[in-house]
Amino acid sequence: MANDRRGDAGGEGTGLPDHELLSASDVTRTIARIAHQIIEKTADAEHVVLIGIPTRGTVLARRLAAAVAEFGGTEPSVGTVDPTLYRDDLRRRPTRPLEDTQFPEGGVDDALVVLVDDVLMSGRTVRAALDALSEHGRPRSVQLAVLVDRGHRELPIRADYVGKNVPTSRSELILVSLTEIDGEDRVAIRRGVGE
Amino acid sequence: MKHLLSVTDLDAATATALLDTSDRLRQALLGREVRKLPTLRGRTVITMFYEDSTRTRVSFEIAGKWMSADTVNVSAKGSSVSKGESLRDTSLTLSAMGADCVIVRHPASGAAHRLAGWSDKDHATTGTHTSIVNAGDGTHEHPTQALLDAATLRDRLGSVAGRRIGIVGDVLHSRVARSNVFLLATLGAEVVLIAPPTLLPVGVAEWPCRVSHEIDAELPGLDAIMMLRVQAERMTGGFFPSSREYAVAYGLSDARAAMLPEHGVVLHPGPMVRGMEIAPSVADSARAAILAQVRNGVHVRMAVLYHLLAGAPE
Repeated sequence: MANDRRGDAGGEGTGLPDHELLSASDVTRTIARIAHQIIEKTADAEHVVLIGIPTRGTVLARRLAAAVAEFGGTEPSVGTVDPTLYRDDLRRRPTRPLEDTQFPEGGVDDALVVLVDDVLMSGRTVRAALDALSEHGRPRSVQLAVLVDRGHRELPIRADYVGKNVPTSRSELILVSLTEIDGEDRVAIRRGVGE
Repeated sequence: MKHLLSVTDLDAATATALLDTSDRLRQALLGREVRKLPTLRGRTVITMFYEDSTRTRVSFEIAGKWMSADTVNVSAKGSSVSKGESLRDTSLTLSAMGADCVIVRHPASGAAHRLAGWSDKDHATTGTHTSIVNAGDGTHEHPTQALLDAATLRDRLGSVAGRRIGIVGDVLHSRVARSNVFLLATLGAEVVLIAPPTLLPVGVAEWPCRVSHEIDAELPGLDAIMMLRVQAERMTGGFFPSSREYAVAYGLSDARAAMLPEHGVVLHPGPMVRGMEIAPSVADSARAAILAQVRNGVHVRMAVLYHLLAGAPE
């Protein structure tokens, strides 16, 4: 949800080429680093669940889970939660389509949940996802992992795991591409569009 | 989408979006102790029923409540309608009280369209914004029933497109049949109406479907069969010799159900008259998706409310 590509007219803008922030190998390395950090910070937790925020957060959650298993951790179960029904800005936009919500077997009660999203900006998507999550159970604690933190927070929310901090202006767009959805791994910034 | 009046207003993309939303809402509520979403908090949904109904009215009310809308039920009996208030005045009154959505069932075909017209005019002059949902108007349409039937077929058959669906019985008096024919055709299904000539409406040749009078010949080729209730309350003439003869000629008996292909699904919009259009044993069999239809009814109606009320007004 936080991916800025939503609502983007696509390809229009200032005509400047998108500036690459992370290449394909950077994305792989970043995911590996976050996976190591997750293993470290959740070492004493019995039950770890990665919950992705659709659509790219869900892909990242799956990749992180596989990486955690690869680096010697216990493979966390993976789920996905659509925050749309809990958003505070539904009335400000045309009807949003709903996305997948799927909780792993066993639910999230007493689990250490790591919410996963691609881009963290205002924090409103995460707030909505936290509300949705709490309706499905009572996790022992909730952490947040994001590939890119671009600032401009509007709520007191911060990420526990950050792939890359990118200072941005509000008029810029962060474009996250992941192979499963977009055919390639890449993070880029497009300047001078947006608000 | 501002109103939902007729399935003919829905193109395949919009209908599919509604069905997808319905699936997602079911997913979002799956396995939860508290079936409550905050999405329509502060919105007021009024059901206005001028005809008897159990499942439609209740499922709209539950749909509203599960999405945290405030729901109010008005029925013709026990309201000012029985004092002689007109449909227009009743609806304007409800709008003036702040109804965001009025769900109407009325014995007159076209009633929901009239309400929508008044609502739009009212919007232009006073700025109130009331969405109208047709929950059955006379023998014309019942869009949410067709949507929940399509949702059930999609669940059971995997897809609607390319499937052959038989609709059997009292097509003449059935708004369910009309809505289903047009919606299923929009979604790419092949529809066969199976009924005695006396129970087919004038102009059925223009509908996007085939007509047959021989149920036994059609059964082996059907992916799903929808049995309609014989609407005794709307029957003023002799449409068939006797109910016994109707049951023999068009009722879905065990023997007939066995002629359906292995995967053949049996639907009934309810209320059923067991022993008339459907044998009790067929209604209770594994083929029957009748209770699944009812369950889908709540999610489809939640989806309709979501599409009408959740986003920015158009």
